[in-house]
Amino acid sequence: MIKVLEINNLTKKFGGLTAVDDLTFHVWENQIYGLIGPNGAGKTTVFNMITAVYAPTSGEIIFNGESLVGKSSYEIARAGITRTFQNIRLFKEMTVYENVHTACHLNTDYNIWDSLIHNKNYKSGEKQIRQEVNELLERMGLYERRDEVAMNLPYGDQRRLEIARAVALRPKLLLLDEPAAGMNPDETNELVKTIRGIREDFNLTVLLIEHHMDLVMNICDQIVVINFGKEIAKGTAQEVQNHPEVIEAYLGKREEELLHVDA
Amino acid sequence: MEYYLTVLTLAGINLMVVLGLGLLTGFTGLFSFGHAGFMCIGAYTSAILTVTLKVPFVIALIAAGLVAGAVSLLLGRLTLKLKGDYFLIATLGFGESVRLIFDNIEPLGGARGFSGIAKNSNFVSVWIVCLIGIFFLVRLMNSRYGRNFTAIREEELASSTIGIDVFKTKLLSLFISAIYAGVGGSLYAHYMTFIKPSNFALIKSTEFTIMAIIGGLGSITGSVIGALLLTILPEVLRFIADWRMVIYGAAVVILIIVRPKGIAGGKEFKDFFFVVWIRRLFNKRLAKKDPGNGGKL
Repeated sequence: MIKVLEINNLTKKFGGLTAVDDLTFHVWENQIYGLIGPNGAGKTTVFNMITAVYAPTSGEIIFNGESLVGKSSYEIARAGITRTFQNIRLFKEMTVYENVHTACHLNTDYNIWDSLIHNKNYKSGEKQIRQEVNELLERMGLYERRDEVAMNLPYGDQRRLEIARAVALRPKLLLLDEPAAGMNPDETNELVKTIRGIREDFNLTVLLIEHHMDLVMNICDQIVVINFGKEIAKGTAQEVQNHPEVIEAYLGKREEELLHVDA
Repeated sequence: MEYYLTVLTLAGINLMVVLGLGLLTGFTGLFSFGHAGFMCIGAYTSAILTVTLKVPFVIALIAAGLVAGAVSLLLGRLTLKLKGDYFLIATLGFGESVRLIFDNIEPLGGARGFSGIAKNSNFVSVWIVCLIGIFFLVRLMNSRYGRNFTAIREEELASSTIGIDVFKTKLLSLFISAIYAGVGGSLYAHYMTFIKPSNFALIKSTEFTIMAIIGGLGSITGSVIGALLLTILPEVLRFIADWRMVIYGAAVVILIIVRPKGIAGGKEFKDFFFVVWIRRLFNKRLAKKDPGNGGKL
């Protein structure tokens, strides 16, 4: 197996606040890797550093053997990492079809002149993209809604569209930021199937942030738990679930322990 | 007749600039109050070329676009990293400084203006250039480049995470936009035969922006409607003399209240309800003749 993503000693400071503190974890090819932790633990900050929204204060981010630090967001996307956002960021006034269509811009190579004179390059390029978009929408169960404006979609479909748009770039690594946020149990089950399905179909590696514990425990091969920017546990779902610090971070200390501290 | 043609020619010249501004403001989401500056550069470039260097008009027209485009690349390099409003302020400063620079170049006539330009453009040539401009813009918007412009307008951060080089794409939009304005300026110079820097003051840039907004941002049809309507309206109102610009101003305010998204409302001609009816009718006939395609287009 190949290491797809290596995060080594990654740190991000916002002034006096250390949002991510010396974090290290490695994601292997084809894994579904979970990044979990209570609110404000620094999970999204990690995503933002991987996709160059923020520059890390120190540490390394290595993708397929190549350092990503110092690259811009679009270069990272082109290298093969795409993402979704916690607070969905679709092209709101575009249709479902157009959202995915736009994201396919790198899957063809006609230039601006080709598009002005509509030559063979343009026509075959656009035809190929159209076909890809339709296939992808079909695959994601959004084909029936393809002409709807993105912001009018039900919440679950918006999340799914955002995943479709990210997958349209044919990434190697997909970052999902709370994909199940605001979903009911049925939708969440559906989402689990979708994530597993696209991993197989597109040969993806997935790194995901999530609060729904059943989803995380159900789907992730490996999990890293962070709190206040620091790693508190790492391992499989079972290992992490029974880790005392994880239980403490999520549920607080046991009463006896608290009494003990007071005394 | 002569008078109507003049008004329509001026509408065409305005349209050329508004098409470019529509690309930048309507499709890419960047407001500019400096487009009269690009128009000014185009006007002077082509005037110098045809009068002083005796270059054929068609070449001067293209050169006007390219020089304005080249200047926009410089401006863009410096300012396009700025966020929304700050970019607008920068273009405002740019437009005014272009005007003041030409005001102070004595060999070009300074504030007195540049005269003796041959009347090379007329109603027909202006509208041929406009039609070519519309044709290319429609094609551009139907390509991956066009979709990337709209993506940046909708959501800049998401655009960069799907691999769009936001800075370069904005620069491309500004570049094409400035070419349109430069060509518009050249048409203007060779229609009026006399240009002076104050023709290209801030008020001119403002007019273009109003045209683009009233017509409908994010719509090429909207640019056409906006340029035509707001060039013709002050002429129609000429009979009320002094009150003309007051009514014009009131009309703009009322239009924006009644239709905040502009007259075309972000839709293109092919999406207008009556065009859709006609197309549906047409498609039904086609579908009857050829039932094999299951009604899909």
